[in-house]
Amino acid sequence: MDRRDFILALPALAASFTTASCADQKAHSQAVYLLVDTSGTYAEEIGKAQIIVNYLLGSLNSGDSLAVARVKTRSFSEKDIIAKATFDGRPSQANAQKRAFREQFDAFARSSRGSAYTDITGGLIQGSMFLNETGAGKKTILIFSDMQEELDKQTQRDFPIDLKNIRVVAVNVVKLRTDNIDPRLYLGRLEGWQKRVKAAGAAEWLVINDIEHLDRLLKG
Amino acid sequence: MTGSQWWMIWPDNAALSAVLWFIIAMPFLYAARKPVHELLRSLSNAIGGPLRLGARWLLAAAREMKERNKAVLLAHGREETGQRIEREFERVAALVTRDLQGYPALQRKLLDETTRIEEDYKKCGEVPPPPPEWVTAVEAMAKVKSGGSSEMVQNVLEEIDRSIKKIYDRVITEYREAYESRHKILNGFMPFWRSLQRTLAQADTHITSLNERATHIDAQMDKYQEIVEQTRKAEHVLTVSAATQFAVALLVLCIAAGGALINYKLIALPMSEMVGAGDWLTASLRTSDVAALVIIFVEATMGLFLMETLRITHLFPVIHNLSDVMRRRMMLLAFGLLVTLAGVEAALALMRDMLIADKAALLQSLSSAPQQLPENGMLSRIPTAGQMLLGFILPFALAFVAIPLESFVNSARTVGGAALVLLARGAAFALRLAGNLVRSLARVLITLYDVVIVLPLLVERLISRKKQEEIPDQDLAVRRH
Repeated sequence: MDRRDFILALPALAASFTTASCADQKAHSQAVYLLVDTSGTYAEEIGKAQIIVNYLLGSLNSGDSLAVARVKTRSFSEKDIIAKATFDGRPSQANAQKRAFREQFDAFARSSRGSAYTDITGGLIQGSMFLNETGAGKKTILIFSDMQEELDKQTQRDFPIDLKNIRVVAVNVVKLRTDNIDPRLYLGRLEGWQKRVKAAGAAEWLVINDIEHLDRLLKG
Repeated sequence: MTGSQWWMIWPDNAALSAVLWFIIAMPFLYAARKPVHELLRSLSNAIGGPLRLGARWLLAAAREMKERNKAVLLAHGREETGQRIEREFERVAALVTRDLQGYPALQRKLLDETTRIEEDYKKCGEVPPPPPEWVTAVEAMAKVKSGGSSEMVQNVLEEIDRSIKKIYDRVITEYREAYESRHKILNGFMPFWRSLQRTLAQADTHITSLNERATHIDAQMDKYQEIVEQTRKAEHVLTVSAATQFAVALLVLCIAAGGALINYKLIALPMSEMVGAGDWLTASLRTSDVAALVIIFVEATMGLFLMETLRITHLFPVIHNLSDVMRRRMMLLAFGLLVTLAGVEAALALMRDMLIADKAALLQSLSSAPQQLPENGMLSRIPTAGQMLLGFILPFALAFVAIPLESFVNSARTVGGAALVLLARGAAFALRLAGNLVRSLARVLITLYDVVIVLPLLVERLISRKKQEEIPDQDLAVRRH
């Protein structure tokens, strides 16, 4: 290799190094999409959602992404995303972003109103799209809901969805009055969701009801 | 018959079947005795031979390595001792220049003082009192006969007595005065004596110091002589010295590594503020961590250059061959960069503290626990100041790593060479042992084979004995015929 070839090879080497670096950067980052159910009586649980958001803000690092969206009558829309951020590489900037994020969510929590129907599937599709766009190495959808999907007659959600390589964690799945009468309804509901999520290619399905043990949220 | 019983001649009786097989096989084993013996011997030679050859080669290599190590060790020792002797001579030269260059002045001063003392001494020599003039007069008067004019004589004598007494008193007074002045002169000697004593003591100290240096040089020269003669004592001393140096240098380097680790911890977090925390060079290497490490390595390198340019270490001959002006420039450059990096580290340490405080405040605001009151300002500033100070000092402390590093590099050759020789000898011993074991095993197997076919061998021996007995009988019959 003569001097000219060497000089020409340098940019290629730098480019390949940068590409490898970017790939590594993506592989190390993680993205979390939190779906918050605001339908019916579950809207009263918003205080717990605040705890979860705070936990996520404290746990996620620079380069990670977080988005919080609400689940309402039809949830497959960017307009349902309450707050989203990809935290800056500089820790000081990331901290400022986290503070702003928390304020945004607090404002939503203060003004949130319950919706008539619950479109969890639409939220999942929107979440998977957001997560795939971030290109993060580890992707997680957190569903803060009772997992009781209720759709209006016009909304179509009975088709296979794609959740490939995404962890799906159901948080604070409260028991409904009917579940108390017949627990099989509750267990059957969770089993149904598990089957659906696994069929969609999800990496993991997890249910966390005790919000005192949120450390399992981002593990796996 | 099951699959495992196919070999049984006597069904369901393994022992009997084995005995039968043994009896059947015995003639064949006897027939194959010689080839089997040959085979075992060949195998033992084929395995044991290379092993012994390997052992011999390793021993020869160990001997060669030892010789080479010795040559390197002695050469290094010669160079080191030569440098020490050179340094001693430089010290002697400095002593001579500093202390003995004033020796002519000292000698002149001594001569002056001695001359002055001599002059004073002469001055204070005892002056005999002048012979009394009146002695002659007394003698003349003594000859005067006493007669009628005795009264007159008596008067004269009385007058003479008075005069003599007067003269005597005057002479005594003068004599005493002269003595007093001489005593004064002698008293004036004291400061000169003291000065003389001091000057001589000073000269003695200089000479003693020179003597000590000369003794030191003699010892170094003896050592040098032994190294040149390549004596075992010199080799042993140099090896022990290298091992000690190696151990001490290793210990100091470990301590320095601890310091570098603390330094790294101090600047790794704030570096993420500069290069980003989310950048990864490889799967497990964060860019900010690498940047922090690079800063520490650059500091260590600058320290190394500083030590080299100060001629404390001798790792880079190129730096030593530079002109003094160039070397001084390089020294200033290295020192300047070191100071700059130390300043950067102090700033990073401050930033680390601020980032940690910011993160703690954020976590506090995110937690549901009640908010804590801020700490006392003075108390919270002490760790910050400590971190900044540590960040500033550690680069300079790291600069001194060059000294143990040089010792480590120099002694590692000797210690590594000795370890390699030991390893080669150990491996040679193991190979030789394995070769001997193979040969012994072959002998045991040959004997065991003969034990197995002992019956045919007994028969063979009986037949051969009978043949030997028959041959003499035939010979006898032939002779009779």
